[in-house]
Amino acid sequence: MTRWLSRAYLASVYLLLYLPIVVLVVFSFNDSRTGYAWGGLSLRWYQSLFNNHAMVQAMWNSLWLALSAATVSTLIGALTALALHRYRFRGKKVLNGMLFVVMMSPEIVLAISLLALFLLVGIQLGYVSLLLAHVTFCLPFVVITVMARLSGFDERLPEAARDLGASDFTMTRTVLIPVIMPALMAGWLLGFTLSLDDVVVSTFVSGPSYEILPLRIYSMVRVGLKPEVNAVGTLLLVFSLVMLMLSQWILTRSKR
Amino acid sequence: MNKTLLSLHHLSKEFDGKTVLDSLDLEIYDGEFITLLGPSGCGKTTLLRLMAGFEQPDAGTITLSGVDLTHTPPERRPLNTVFQHYALFPHMSVFDNVAYGLKMEKRPKDEIRQRVREALAMVQLEDYANRRPHQLSGGQQQRVAIARAVVKRPKVLLLDEPLSALDYKLRRTMQVELKRLQRELGITFVFVTHDQEEALSMSDRVVVLKDGRIQQLGTPREVYERPANLFTARFVGETNFFPGTVTAVGENELRVDVLGLARTLRKPTFAVAEGQRLHVLLRPEDIRVLDPADADGLPGKIVERNYKGSTLDSVIHLADGTEVLASEFFDEDDPAFDYRLGEPVKVSWVDGWEWLLPEEVDPTPAEDRTVEA
Repeated sequence: MTRWLSRAYLASVYLLLYLPIVVLVVFSFNDSRTGYAWGGLSLRWYQSLFNNHAMVQAMWNSLWLALSAATVSTLIGALTALALHRYRFRGKKVLNGMLFVVMMSPEIVLAISLLALFLLVGIQLGYVSLLLAHVTFCLPFVVITVMARLSGFDERLPEAARDLGASDFTMTRTVLIPVIMPALMAGWLLGFTLSLDDVVVSTFVSGPSYEILPLRIYSMVRVGLKPEVNAVGTLLLVFSLVMLMLSQWILTRSKR
Repeated sequence: MNKTLLSLHHLSKEFDGKTVLDSLDLEIYDGEFITLLGPSGCGKTTLLRLMAGFEQPDAGTITLSGVDLTHTPPERRPLNTVFQHYALFPHMSVFDNVAYGLKMEKRPKDEIRQRVREALAMVQLEDYANRRPHQLSGGQQQRVAIARAVVKRPKVLLLDEPLSALDYKLRRTMQVELKRLQRELGITFVFVTHDQEEALSMSDRVVVLKDGRIQQLGTPREVYERPANLFTARFVGETNFFPGTVTAVGENELRVDVLGLARTLRKPTFAVAEGQRLHVLLRPEDIRVLDPADADGLPGKIVERNYKGSTLDSVIHLADGTEVLASEFFDEDDPAFDYRLGEPVKVSWVDGWEWLLPEEVDPTPAEDRTVEA
C-alpha cells in the first residue's frame, strides 16, 4: 500500500513537472490556429517562425550575446579563481564574499543597480550594456565551478612541472589549464545557459537597437499565446538538452 | 666516492614563526645514497624542498659542485624530484609524462623517443607507454614518477617518501629496485623517509633529524649500533634503557652498577667520573633471557611472548617495573628457551655488547615514544 502510494506520488510529481513541456512540444506541431484544439500534424509554426525576420534576428542576437558573455566570464572567472586559489592577498575574503553577494542577491536589485550605473557612466543601452550585465551575473558561477576543481587539484603538479624544467608560464599552459579544462568548459556552458534565458536583468539593460530572444518571447505572449511561441520553446528545449548532454559527456570523460 | 657534490651551509627556515630548520650544515657526496630520517615535523621534507628550489631558505646557502644554487628557480636546477604521491600529470599518457622534462629542454623528437623508451625499460614499463596514469597501479605510477625524474639525467635525485603510499610487500620490492637503479645510474640519491627500517637497509649514510637539527650523521650501522643520543637510540629501532651508576673508572673499562648488578663495561668515548649516572643501552637482540636459578642477571617475569617466525620476542617486567624487550633467535637445542607467560626469568647480556650514553634530560615522556607506521 505504502509502496503504491509512494509510486503514485512520484508519478504525480513527474507529471506536474513534465506534462506542460510535453504539451508545449506537441502543440508546436499543431496545425490548428486556436492553439487548444488539435488540428493535425504540421510544421507551419516553425515555418512562420523562420519567416519572421525580427524573430530570427533576436535568436541570432541572443546566441551571440550568450557566446560572448560565457567566453568573457570564463576568462575573467578562471583568472579570479586561480588568484583566489593560489595567492594570499589583502581583501581576499572580501572578494570571495562579494562573488556570493552577486550570486545570492535578487536579480532585480542587480538589474536596477546596473541600469543606474550604465546611465550614470553614459553607456548606450544595447549589446555592450547587455554583455557587461550578463558577464556580471555569470561570473560567480564560473569562479565557483573552477574553484571546486582547483580544490581537488594536486598542489604537487605545478611543482613537478617546474622541477622538470617548465617556467611558470609553460607550466600554466601545459599542466594547469589542461587539468582544469573540464571545469572551464562546465563554467562556460553554465554561463551560456544563464545568459541565454535571462529576462529580468536583460529587460532593464537592453535597448531598442539589440533585441534578444527571451524579451521577444515575453512581448509576444503579453498580447496572447501565439503558436509560434510553442515552436520557439521546443527549439530552446532541444538546444538546452543537447548542451546538457554535451556538458555531461565532457565531465564524465574527464573523470578519472 | 667522498667528493662533495651538494653542500648545504647554515640553512635556516621558519614557517609562521616556527623554526623548521635551524642553521643546518650537510655535505652530500657524489654518487651516494643518503637518507634523511626523522619523525614528521622534523624538517626533512622542508630540507628536500629547499634543495629542489620549491622553498627559499631564510638564511644559508646551497651549492652544487661549487655553484651557488640558493636562489635559482627549480626549473634551472640540475636536480629532479620524485614526489610522495607521484604527482603524475593526469591528462598525459605515461610516455608524455616521461617526455615532459625532455620537451622542456627542447630535445629533438628522435632523442626524446629514444630516451623515454630507455627510461621506461629501466623501470620495466615499456608496454605501458600509452596508458594514462590512472590506469596504472600505485607501484607502476611510482615507477613512472621515477622514470620521469631520471630521464633528465639529474646530478641528484630527490625522493620525498616515495614508497610511503605502497603496501609492505611492494615497498620491499621497490626498495631493492631503487637501490639497483641508484647503482646503475650512479646518481646521488637523497631519500626522505620516516621509516627507520627503510633508511637502514637502503642508505650509504643516514641523517637523523629532529626539530630541524641533525641528531646524527653516519652509516646505518653507526646509527643503529652507536647512537649519538637518546633520541636516535629510540627512533632507530627498539632499545632497552637501563640506568647505571659508575662505581669505578679503569684504564679501558668501567665498573657500573646496573639496578644492583655490578658489571664491567667498556669505557665510552665521552668523559666519565665516579658516581656519574649513565644510560646503558641494549638492543632486544642483545638481551639474554636466563633461567631464574642463574647467578647472573636481573630478576623479572615474562608478560608477553610474540612468535615472529625467525625470532621469538618477549616482554619482561623487572622487579622494579622496568619493561625489557628481548628478541631471541630460535635454538631448538636449548631446553630453557621456551618460557611460559608469567614464568620468572633473569635478564642479562654479554658485557661489551651494550652502548653507553651520558644521562640527559629525557625530552619525550614514555607514552609519546610511538614511532609512526
